[in-house]
Amino acid sequence: MEKINAIGDVCPVPVIKTKKALRTTDVVEIVVDNEIATQNLKKMAEQLGYGYSMNQVSTKEYTVVIDKNKADDEVCMPMTHVEVNEVKGESYSVFCDTQVMGRGDDVLGTTLMKSFFYALTEQDVLPDKVVLYNGGVHLAVEGSDVLEDLQTLLDKGVEVYACGACANFYGVTDQIKLAEITNMYRIVELMREANRVVKP
Amino acid sequence: MEETKDLGKLFICGGCNAKIGPGNLSKILDKLPQTMSDQLLVGFDSTDDAGVIKVSDELALIQTLDFFPTMVSDPYLFGQIAATNALSDVYAMGGDVLSAMNIVCFPEDMDIDILGEILLGGSEKVQEAGGLLVGGHSIHDSTPKYGLSVTGTIHPDRVLVNNDCQVGDVLILTKPLGVGIITTAYSVGETTEEAFKEAVTSMTTLNKYAAEIIREHPVTTCTDVTGFGILGHLTEMLHGERSAIIETEKLPYIEDAYRCAKEFLITAGGQRNRNYLADKVSFEIDDYAMEEILFDPQTSGGLLVSVPQDAAEKLLQDLNQADIPAKIIGEVVSPLEKEIYIK
Repeated sequence: MEKINAIGDVCPVPVIKTKKALRTTDVVEIVVDNEIATQNLKKMAEQLGYGYSMNQVSTKEYTVVIDKNKADDEVCMPMTHVEVNEVKGESYSVFCDTQVMGRGDDVLGTTLMKSFFYALTEQDVLPDKVVLYNGGVHLAVEGSDVLEDLQTLLDKGVEVYACGACANFYGVTDQIKLAEITNMYRIVELMREANRVVKP
Repeated sequence: MEETKDLGKLFICGGCNAKIGPGNLSKILDKLPQTMSDQLLVGFDSTDDAGVIKVSDELALIQTLDFFPTMVSDPYLFGQIAATNALSDVYAMGGDVLSAMNIVCFPEDMDIDILGEILLGGSEKVQEAGGLLVGGHSIHDSTPKYGLSVTGTIHPDRVLVNNDCQVGDVLILTKPLGVGIITTAYSVGETTEEAFKEAVTSMTTLNKYAAEIIREHPVTTCTDVTGFGILGHLTEMLHGERSAIIETEKLPYIEDAYRCAKEFLITAGGQRNRNYLADKVSFEIDDYAMEEILFDPQTSGGLLVSVPQDAAEKLLQDLNQADIPAKIIGEVVSPLEKEIYIK
């Protein structure tokens, strides 16, 4: 397999590079920095009857694999498989262990945390789960700055969990709003199963 | 012997291919407050080529501006193409060019003589259009960009809008398609000099000559084909109220653009147009390269007009007699499930 880094290349350059590589090899992996480029690569693969799969690594990085040996009808079969991969590639869970975001000034940190959760609600891809533990459980307590955004996330189907032992330690168990109380076994499971863990 | 100076070449990055996608744009424009005035004949609320403001019963002003990054490496040609493209909107409205002003972005560390060449190319086109170049504005930027703000004049009753075509109208296109694909392919050394020259000739031909003939005929709609490609500008024309059938056999395009599209020398702009328009278009042909030509963003493209059937032949004849490579490309029909059918 030949690997091509086409980050920073403008169409049709990624396609041209891929085409050239396919003259001497059967499978090419191309990294590009925009979705339009993946679509142009896909069109080429479809026209030539080659296999195509794409994985979005981040908003500025996409990995495309084009495989000469997979004929058109073969590609159809793993198509669902590819889509699952794509979903998996984008999915993530947020784990939060503090009320403040980052180190330095706590007033600033509180403001940052508020913006973080707001920005989270605005993402094209929402997290699967939000898990709060240690100081993070305060975010789900009545009067919290981010309660509204947590509600928005819940409304959009995001699962929100708070660590029961932590809430108990801080004496806020009966004030926990919105979040489902959970334990360390479940938290470890959630961390293990998460495709990617995002921490503010 | 006169000493010639090698001005170097411009890095290529766009032309009309650089245009922001139609979907993204309409989403934010819809949120702007609407300007209401009896004087405003054509404004923001429509997707027309230029604004038209009525000054008196006999006179309306056409205002438009267009500028973009370099799509060819020769600065003088770039100036000519960008100016021809900017002036085109006035012609698409049926008007005459009155005046123009330069819009310039230019890197601080680039040879200023290159800018001289760009402006020379541009000013020659303004002159050819019969307009007065009355000034401009320039700023430093990381890459060169050039265009014009253009003011035109027209009788308020003779404005050619872009969205009033009628069922039964014939569609005529005055320039060949594929210039986006050709300039892109040329920039990576994958097309012929001949094809590139054909594209340049097309992009530097003012739509003035076609427009002067068109407005002597009973056309219902007129627009110029630019960044959204023929299909994008055609959907604006149909306005969600009618459908159109395009006969690809009759479509004028630069021959090598078809080969280039087959070789996947395709642009991001073309794919953006495809993403936006895919649901509105039904391809009844199995011809991938032709699809790419139809989605190709055009820089300084031709005029697309709709004209009642009984007047179409005469218009086509007059255009062809003036050496304008116009072709009948299809017709407007009653609204169907899709907006455009490609046959």
